[in-house]
Amino acid sequence: MQAAHFDVSAELAALSAGRTDIGGVGCFVGTVRAERQGRAGQQGPALQTLVLEHYAGMTEAAMAAIAAEAAQRWDLLGCTLVHRVGALRPGEPIVLVLAASRHRQAALEATAFLIDWLKTRAPFWKKEVFSDGTELWVEARTADEAAAERWR
Amino acid sequence: MSGGAPVRILYFAWLRERIGTGEEAVHLPPEVDSVQTLMDFLRTSDPRHAAGFERAALIRCAVNQVFATPQTKVSPGDEVAFFPPVTGG
Repeated sequence: MQAAHFDVSAELAALSAGRTDIGGVGCFVGTVRAERQGRAGQQGPALQTLVLEHYAGMTEAAMAAIAAEAAQRWDLLGCTLVHRVGALRPGEPIVLVLAASRHRQAALEATAFLIDWLKTRAPFWKKEVFSDGTELWVEARTADEAAAERWR
Repeated sequence: MSGGAPVRILYFAWLRERIGTGEEAVHLPPEVDSVQTLMDFLRTSDPRHAAGFERAALIRCAVNQVFATPQTKVSPGDEVAFFPPVTGG
């Protein structure tokens, strides 16, 4: 968890440094979409920033638990979870998931699992701030819950 | 009066904004010993808490940084957090 930008290449290099047993790395990068939930399809002020709040302490524990769960379910050689906090602008990256394995299926499935669980089981909250100064807390989506449920 | 250490209570996102603080320490009466009874206790403490806990179905909880249910026990010295459903990622 960090306020700063992350460098996907650097994270990828760190995950695979000194190893020759990795056959593939799955990668997901979540970014700030300009059209946000609260104003989707509507005329009105543009999204200015997306503010990410988190529960310091529990966030780290929850992310570690999610990574441990992925390691239980798939034959992983490593994974990386980076989640930014603070005020982010449209187009900026929010979250990075990397999962390395001997074969692509485990890497790709674990990547999907990790982002689905991060969205529903790690204590982060998004607030949309619009160009006219109005603010709106993003509501949890049932689609995200359904996506996480398929891994039960 | 209550005995023992206070419970550290944390609020996040719109719940924090509605209640007007992100953190408070509360001494609990003996009958308040679970997440549900703590919510009921806080709801009746003042209008801001009443407004915050108005949409109770939308409020999630963690006790000592682990997701909890209304039945989860709460003891003096615990850290209890209330928040809306998470929206990260």
